[in-house]
Amino acid sequence: MEALLTEGGTILAAFWMTVRLTAVSALGSLVLGTVLTAMRVAPLGALRTAATAYVTVLRNTPLTLVLLFTGLGIGANLGLELSDDIATNNFWLAVIGLTAYTSAFVCEALRSGLNTVSVGQAEAARSLGLGFVRTLALITLPQAFRAVVAPLGSILIALTKNTTIALVVGVSEASVRMRELIETYGDQVIEIFLGFAAGFVLLCLPMGLLFGWLSRRMAVAR
Amino acid sequence: MSYANLYEAPGPRGVRRNRLLTVVVAAALLAVAAFVYVRFDDKGQWAAEKWTPLLRGDVWATFILPGLAGTLSAAVAGVVLAALFGIVFAVARLSEHRWIRLPAAAVVEFFRSVPLLLLIFFAFFGSYVLIGVNISAFAAVVFGLTLYNGSVIAEILRAGVLSLPKGQREAAYAVGMRKGQVLRLVLLPQAVKAMLPALVSQFIVLLKDSALGLIVGYDELVDRGLNGIAANFSNVIPAAILIAGIFIVINLALDRLAHRLGQSS
Repeated sequence: MEALLTEGGTILAAFWMTVRLTAVSALGSLVLGTVLTAMRVAPLGALRTAATAYVTVLRNTPLTLVLLFTGLGIGANLGLELSDDIATNNFWLAVIGLTAYTSAFVCEALRSGLNTVSVGQAEAARSLGLGFVRTLALITLPQAFRAVVAPLGSILIALTKNTTIALVVGVSEASVRMRELIETYGDQVIEIFLGFAAGFVLLCLPMGLLFGWLSRRMAVAR
Repeated sequence: MSYANLYEAPGPRGVRRNRLLTVVVAAALLAVAAFVYVRFDDKGQWAAEKWTPLLRGDVWATFILPGLAGTLSAAVAGVVLAALFGIVFAVARLSEHRWIRLPAAAVVEFFRSVPLLLLIFFAFFGSYVLIGVNISAFAAVVFGLTLYNGSVIAEILRAGVLSLPKGQREAAYAVGMRKGQVLRLVLLPQAVKAMLPALVSQFIVLLKDSALGLIVGYDELVDRGLNGIAANFSNVIPAAILIAGIFIVINLALDRLAHRLGQSS
């Protein structure tokens, strides 16, 4: 127990990094995932093909590899410098990797949400003279979002846990801190593990409850 | 296309506009690809000497095939143990006895919300203190894969059993089966069949998660590719592309399997 108490400040700092990674990547994934969904149902074959290829590749590659590729490929080889500060640079590289990976799952969820919107909605929109973009943005996507609140919650929880893998691009978040603490306080392995596990339970449990409540509240009555 | 109702079939002007837009979009995508190509080219990532090692038999024999064997053996061990764990805890959560049901629920919910990497770290770095021996990286990875995916599988199976019409259970009791028989002979087989697509998807997740072994130095495919091949031939990008390709092929095959299983039931 004393390891957790004496190191309380640094543990909280590590979890703060986890929260920041999650929040920024979640926003990015939501935006990119929505764009990808729009591309996958667009009238242009080129857009559909590009989005399908992207989702297939990212969904089937291990996140570890995606993040390593972000660090080595985008960071080292494309020479993308996001900040002079190495820690900040690594943070944004991790955000890029996590966003690239998670947005593929957001896209899949939203696409299945579009399937739940009844055909008459889009037909009515078209008969009012709305084009593809406005039909999608004003009529069908908002309803699709309401149908997939619960799956999006699961994706957000998965993302929270996935931020632990950001250590492969050198971001020191909760999992790094846990490894360091286990090495320093070898006699308190169980307490340290349970402490960090409790941290993630505390992060994920409210999210699960919130999204469960939201999905019931937002459900489209049919 | 199932989404064709989002827009009208284009008329002559629409067709022309779509053609123009297709050219613009294709040009933009090609521009991005070209940018990446040129930047990688500046770093010499397309040079033949970085790619030819990937075609050599000895590179496959030393790095790729052992790595693939490592990934697959961890995944297979994980799938078998996770399936066992899942069945046991699904049954426990469906128990009529509260003193079995509640602890089982706590275990499942706990392992579902703890990141896999923390479980692996706990097993790998904590094993000496806990059980007096250092366990192998393989054992640590399988430990994590089993507990996490086993909990998810338990939830999938439980949802499958709960989704069955209650007449199934009642009919089984009516012909005189005992509790265990009802579950084993009537409910679980149907639950497994109904949930096969979800189970296969979870196995894909498990296979991808086995790549976490790299972090504790387990010799799986990503580790052999990026730390093995790339260290010898300094060809990180080609190696990463090859490894990703192998994962994508395996996962798409599993995905297709899940799809076919979903249709046949």
